[in-house]
Amino acid sequence: MTALGFGERGWGPALLYGAVMTVLVSIAGLAIGAALGSLVAWAKLSGVRIAAAIGGGYAAIFRGLPELLVVYFVYFGSSATLTGLDHLLGGEGFLGVPGFAAGALAVGVISGSYQAEVFRGAFLAIAKGELEAARAVGMGRWLMFRRIIGPQVLRFALPGLGNLWQVALKDSSLISVTGLAELMRTSQVAAGSTHQPFTFYVAGGALYLAITSISDRVFEFAEARATRGMRREAH
Amino acid sequence: MNRRSLLGAALTCSLLVLAGAASAKDWKTVVIGMEGAYEPYNLTDPSGKIVGFEPDLAMDVCARIKVECKIIAQDWDGMIPGLQAGKFDVIMDGMSITDERKKQIDFSVPYASVPAALATAKSSPLAKLAGAGKLVNFDKDKAVGAAALASLREALKGKTLGVQVSTTHATFAGDHLKDVATIKEYKTTDERDLDLKSGRIDAVLDDETAIASMLGKDDAKDFTEFGPRLTGGDFGVGVGMGIRKSDADLTAKFDKAIKAAFADGSIKKYSLKWFKIDTTP
Amino acid sequence: MDLAFIWTTFLRLIAALQVTLSVWALSVFFGAFIAAGVTWMRGSGIKPAEWIARAYIFVFRGAPLLVQLFVVYYGLSSFPLVRASVFWPFLRDAFNCATLSCALCTAAYQSEIFRGALAGVPHGQVEAARACGMSGFLLFRRVIFPIALRQALPAYSTEVISMVKATALVSLVTLWDVMSVALKIRNDTLVTYTPLLIAGAIYFVVNYLIARAFIFIEQWLSPHLRARSA
Repeated sequence: MTALGFGERGWGPALLYGAVMTVLVSIAGLAIGAALGSLVAWAKLSGVRIAAAIGGGYAAIFRGLPELLVVYFVYFGSSATLTGLDHLLGGEGFLGVPGFAAGALAVGVISGSYQAEVFRGAFLAIAKGELEAARAVGMGRWLMFRRIIGPQVLRFALPGLGNLWQVALKDSSLISVTGLAELMRTSQVAAGSTHQPFTFYVAGGALYLAITSISDRVFEFAEARATRGMRREAH
Repeated sequence: MNRRSLLGAALTCSLLVLAGAASAKDWKTVVIGMEGAYEPYNLTDPSGKIVGFEPDLAMDVCARIKVECKIIAQDWDGMIPGLQAGKFDVIMDGMSITDERKKQIDFSVPYASVPAALATAKSSPLAKLAGAGKLVNFDKDKAVGAAALASLREALKGKTLGVQVSTTHATFAGDHLKDVATIKEYKTTDERDLDLKSGRIDAVLDDETAIASMLGKDDAKDFTEFGPRLTGGDFGVGVGMGIRKSDADLTAKFDKAIKAAFADGSIKKYSLKWFKIDTTP
Repeated sequence: MDLAFIWTTFLRLIAALQVTLSVWALSVFFGAFIAAGVTWMRGSGIKPAEWIARAYIFVFRGAPLLVQLFVVYYGLSSFPLVRASVFWPFLRDAFNCATLSCALCTAAYQSEIFRGALAGVPHGQVEAARACGMSGFLLFRRVIFPIALRQALPAYSTEVISMVKATALVSLVTLWDVMSVALKIRNDTLVTYTPLLIAGAIYFVVNYLIARAFIFIEQWLSPHLRARSA
């Protein structure tokens, strides 16, 4: 147990730091993903074929590729670009994109391709009649989005987004190649250095559960508020 | 392309050439990549510092060639891309020198070589295999090697042997034992040892230092080493530093330093400290 | 471009595809049944059942799959009680453990998708059905299920494809799927990108085919919802 503790030989602080890193990079990734995802969903729903094709292509590529590969290519690709720019300005050696930024970008790019589907499904779930009524009353597109589409998409998308938050958390465990000391990497380093794999896998798992528990509460609260006044059947 | 951007491109190219040329000649700092999770070659202590046999050796040889060495942690999957991209200049991670790998990168002279050993449950018939503890070198004595291999194959018939993936042990098992025994490959030795203890596999093949370290733990009371200790042949010449092919001058420098470190007994000192045995190849 | 190397790598990876697809197919299939059960328990109104379902979803969504695989394969086998039990012949085998663990994991995700889909069924439709005298199983079969199914499809296709990629973790328990073999080739030969690119292409093709299949199903089931725009 001392291995987990906060003493001199204890890995407690390192694991907690890893947990914090995991949460931060997942939030950043989810945010990037939300921006990309809503763009793609809008492109696909817009009816403009080129936009739909591009959006579809992006989604297909990043949903189809293993996450590990995306992380590699994002990290080494962006680092190579940065190094190239640096050399242009007279520097030498290797300039790496900071682990956190590369990790968040990779998680975000992957998450965005999934969030597009969630947003699209949520949009399609809005009762057609409401949109027709809004148009009949003369609501402009922005007003319609703000008063009707936006809130409802959020309501229907929340369970799906809750799922995708979990996915972002899991994807964040694959970014160790960027060097960021997040929770999974810290657990594995500790396991290898102390020859106690069971202890550290379970400890890491317990910390992930703790993060999940807290974020579950947050999502439940959000869902309850967002579906105020909606009657739900068959749940 | 107008004249301005052509000029810019020309300037860029010349800068790149200069930058490239400059870095090839003048080694002031060398960045070394290690996992920090491969005890006792390298491991991380809770404060985040990387310690072990290889960090000690690295500090030693870098001082000899008068460069400043920076050690950075990198997980194994990102190790090779990191080297190729220039994130670091040297890999030191218990990496065995093999002909296959030499096609892609250069290696320094080996700085450690640990014979392989086998372990099994005390209650297993394997524990009684003849020739226990004898060192068999497949390169130096082919006849003895062939005999030892034959008796090993006979003993392992129908059994399951566990090895770590992408090691010389895995290569040896794949080349010589695959047709008589079931070979199970594991990502880490800890996981393989767990399966030995639960009875999923009958025997394990690994560095003898790793075997000794496993047997030294409390929960390994019912297990023992068996059979000969193996070296040479598939097991290669040992572990070396991985360096980009384009940095042959750096490889030469480190070779000199490593040889000097052997000569004055420094490497033996580090190896006794971390491996508890002398791992000089 | 070493074409011979590319070709042999490709063949080795295709051979490993069988492992990937069998673990994937079996875990998604059995996971669906487990998920249906869990979703029913969650919404049943029976307090103990609800509590168990929520705990199940919490653990299997919250813990990384890597940890789950580790516990199912290595953790369970470390108990002498398990080794002596009737389950041991099943749990002894790596493939069984990996499939079981993946099924349990995907069931938690699928259960949440089912829940979201059921919640999205418009109340008005159910009211109308009840007014016509439908109730119980008939109501579920004719009204709730079809609507929920269509709403679940986008998120469900996501989960199914995620599972294909999740199988890349089974090398932890000695199963060698496409990604693991690619990484192994990479570690043996130190050729950095080629094995990964080939593996990526294989995964991409498989996932693309699955995605297209789902789009086809979606459009076949909901022709009236096609080409909706804001």
